Amino acid sequence: MDRKLTDLWVGLFVIAGFAALLVLALKAGNLLSFNFSETYQVLAKFDNIGGLKVRAPVKSAGVVVGRVASVGFDDQTYEAVVTLAMDRRYGFPKDSSAKILTSGLLGEQYIGLEPGGDSAKLAEGAKIKSTQSAIVLESLISQFLFSKAAEGKTDSKAADGAAPAGTGIAAPPSLGAPAGSGKADGKSESKASMTSNNNKDSK
Amino acid sequence: MRRFIEGIGHGLIDSIAKMGYGARLFWLLLRYSGTSFTRLRLTITQIHFIGNYSLIIIVVSGLFVGFVLGLQGYNTLQRYGSEQALGLLVAIGLVRELGPVVTALLFAGRAGTSITAEIGLMKAGEQLAAMEMMAVSPIARVLAPRFWAGVISMPLLAAMFSAVGVFGGYIVGVVLIGVDDGAFWSQMQNGVDWMEDVGNGVIKSIVFGIAVTFIAVFEGYDSQPTPEGVARATTRTVVSSSLVVLGLDFMLTALMFSRG
Repeated sequence: MDRKLTDLWVGLFVIAGFAALLVLALKAGNLLSFNFSETYQVLAKFDNIGGLKVRAPVKSAGVVVGRVASVGFDDQTYEAVVTLAMDRRYGFPKDSSAKILTSGLLGEQYIGLEPGGDSAKLAEGAKIKSTQSAIVLESLISQFLFSKAAEGKTDSKAADGAAPAGTGIAAPPSLGAPAGSGKADGKSESKASMTSNNNKDSK
Repeated sequence: MRRFIEGIGHGLIDSIAKMGYGARLFWLLLRYSGTSFTRLRLTITQIHFIGNYSLIIIVVSGLFVGFVLGLQGYNTLQRYGSEQALGLLVAIGLVRELGPVVTALLFAGRAGTSITAEIGLMKAGEQLAAMEMMAVSPIARVLAPRFWAGVISMPLLAAMFSAVGVFGGYIVGVVLIGVDDGAFWSQMQNGVDWMEDVGNGVIKSIVFGIAVTFIAVFEGYDSQPTPEGVARATTRTVVSSSLVVLGLDFMLTALMFSRG
């Protein structure tokens, strides 16, 4: 075959190959949304991060404003330490709160950032003080059973004074306790009431 | 009984000798590969032969693999009500695994065999010996350009396979079945990392390219210089390079994607 023609075809082949690679990186991959111009790091401590992964998005009002840079464990407080790499274009008040949320029923977990009212902004290395852990399905169910059992108890007490049926169903709280983070009971219980309130609201 | 044990010993010595021979050839291939870049024409002709002519089979297979992934993925995902994740499934499956692996298998069948047969026939026709008589190294003149052409072509072909496959998944998923267009792409872009997934896929395909082309070149160079020997060498190329590709794929996947 003619030399020039071979060159042409080989050139086309190579160009097509690189074009395919580019399409994969841009259209299928996240090369476009990957580079934040600059980031600043913010720490947040959680009792339980559930299935949060490194590089999970940090969203505020549904917009991605950062990514999880690393997940660590603090063996002094027994909490998970999550480092967030926030886009420098977006500043947040110092008293913003972070929640671990799930996109959809079976979706991946991400961090939802709710801005507070402070005029000072989160700076490099700042700590987000108010956090809410991931909802663990098992503890949610045990809380639900617990509250059901408590209702049953009061009903049966009202009915015949003794509560043999109630104690039978009241067992789940003891199952539920280890499912929590193993922290002080007061705190986890306040959280529990918070989550169950949220649950009722959404219903 | 004794013959059986002798057979085992013979097989072991044989295979070790072959490994050593292969390692030496690999070293010589790298040492003499300067020619394939100073005389670029040799390599370009081979890329034309190996790469361009494999294009049709790669693109068509990619398209159909994408179709099938779209259909099967949709069937499974819609049971869980998450058919929007179809784009993610198709793209991850293609970029990480199917693209490099299926391309390498097809490449072994399409290009590897022709390299082996060509070199084997050159050997059978004593063309390689004639070259050596003229003080032209057959490794530099014949083997190295084919090797490098294969190594260059393979990642490009794999990238095209994956890109066409994603497009095939799009045709079935979005155009035919009616998955939401925006969700298809955005889920894909959320889940596919350009370094972690696309980059590692490219690394895989380069490794497979080296493995398949080297096996093809080696089997051709090592073949018995008879018609039967060449036929056997060609068969061995397909069998061993397919097995090597699958084995390497497992190892690379374990290395690349088992973290976290």
